[in-house]
Amino acid sequence: MQNMACKIAGVPFKNPIVMASGTFGFGKEYAKLYDINRLGGISGKGLTLAPKAGNPGVRVWETPSGMLNSVGLENPGIDYFLKEEAPYWETLDTARIVNLGGGCIEDYRIGAELITAHEKKLREVGRCSIDIIELNISCPNVKEGGIAYGVQTETARQVVREVRQATSLPLVVKLSPNAENIAEMAYMCEVEGADGVSLINTISGMKIDTRLRKSVFHNLYAGLSGPAIKPIALRMVHQVAQHVKIPIMGMGGITTASDVIEFIMAGASVIQIGTYNFMNPRAGEQMTEGIKKWMEQENVSTLEEIRGIL
Amino acid sequence: MNIVKSNVKIAKDVYLMKIEGQFEGRMGQFYMLRAWSDYPVLSRPISIYDLSKNEISFLYHVIGEGTERFKQLEAGDSIQLEGPYGNGFPEAQGKVALVGGGIGIAPLYLAAKQLHQPDIYLGFSRESYLVDEFRPFAGDVVCDVGGIIVNQIDYAKYDTIITCGPHIMMQALVERAQGSGAEVYVSLEKRMACGIGACLVCSVMCQGGNRKACVDGPVFAAEEVRFDAEHGV
Repeated sequence: MQNMACKIAGVPFKNPIVMASGTFGFGKEYAKLYDINRLGGISGKGLTLAPKAGNPGVRVWETPSGMLNSVGLENPGIDYFLKEEAPYWETLDTARIVNLGGGCIEDYRIGAELITAHEKKLREVGRCSIDIIELNISCPNVKEGGIAYGVQTETARQVVREVRQATSLPLVVKLSPNAENIAEMAYMCEVEGADGVSLINTISGMKIDTRLRKSVFHNLYAGLSGPAIKPIALRMVHQVAQHVKIPIMGMGGITTASDVIEFIMAGASVIQIGTYNFMNPRAGEQMTEGIKKWMEQENVSTLEEIRGIL
Repeated sequence: MNIVKSNVKIAKDVYLMKIEGQFEGRMGQFYMLRAWSDYPVLSRPISIYDLSKNEISFLYHVIGEGTERFKQLEAGDSIQLEGPYGNGFPEAQGKVALVGGGIGIAPLYLAAKQLHQPDIYLGFSRESYLVDEFRPFAGDVVCDVGGIIVNQIDYAKYDTIITCGPHIMMQALVERAQGSGAEVYVSLEKRMACGIGACLVCSVMCQGGNRKACVDGPVFAAEEVRFDAEHGV
């Protein structure tokens, strides 16, 4: 009998398949296509304190084996989420991850406090809608000239420390591949008390319209995702795994059960599916079957047997 | 998987693909089409041209890698369809005009069949196509090649005007229709990733904030859309 389950900060994942933030809404849309309770978990659309309209102009562009996106964190804001979407999450039987973004440190802190207070109140009456906060440090630091918090370890430390103090919920920090040193960044998260790290976010990229002689994106650069980035993501997960003891959520271009196994071998506890949801909207329900089959064939009974073996 | 029944050239870079099967859908809705495995990464949102008991058809303009792949398909080839998605056109009452520009005529054919004898205005930049197909279901049919179709409409005559075409054409139509009393609905084209409202790639800037072309649209009341800020695909 194969067992795909694991725990991150005490939160059970029935299998390693987690849907990545920004590709899965808050789950409702895909729930029309299949039973999302079969997933290990879902990470909701990235939230900021105030609602955000996102970027104008072109928001997506395909690349060889991937895509660039420039959605710009469009989201309805934390208050809206807690009021309108969290009640739906209460009904789900899968790990529910809130993805928290920001603009300044203050926003991150208040956001984390609001989410935590909401959840505390629910839990006092035996209910529960959020299991983990996934902290997105790829947001631009407005005060320091718009460079993302996630690039320099010491800048990121301030956010992680602040949010760690603001929440008693399990905290996973989502790391950017654009970090100067991703292993050092992950170690910082561990030292600051994070319960895990997730990686990688999209890789900063660009597309120029040669006829118009300008970037197709209003924001100049955009985030590259999809199979094109998988080898880089896998390498980074492996590097991070050598430097931290906290669990890793691995992601970046995963499209097959075999890809999932690779990430687990590189050290990931669970993985996230992002762009592949667009390639195959029923990805979630099909992937677990593939993993089970691989485990049977290879005579592996728990994923623990292969985790981080490299 | 579904099977292509036929895929024929209608005009330069314009093809009509028929697919076997019993499909749901109403005028103005679309399907996400995919005739490949991994690359291109995204499926293509294509509006329903026609729908009958055992067949659905899509009229498309070959414009990039996805539609280039569609063009290569032959009878018997397989293609994946997800849908129907989107809101579709309203069940307009009274005197109705359908105004299409170029490949924007695609969703109007089913609308012509389902609404009551609407007047049809079809504008093309170089060559016209499928105009005669509309005639059996239409009141007046006006076709223009190389001119400005929106200049040929007596806006005050209509209770409802439904349009699909180049962004600039629809914007001009909306301006001209102002004060005429006609209710205008526009069907917008946007790049999409998920097609079901999860990814926010196809957001449309509207008066009350962003709306999603894939689930709140692709059809919007013209006064909702901020044409000053939107630039089309």
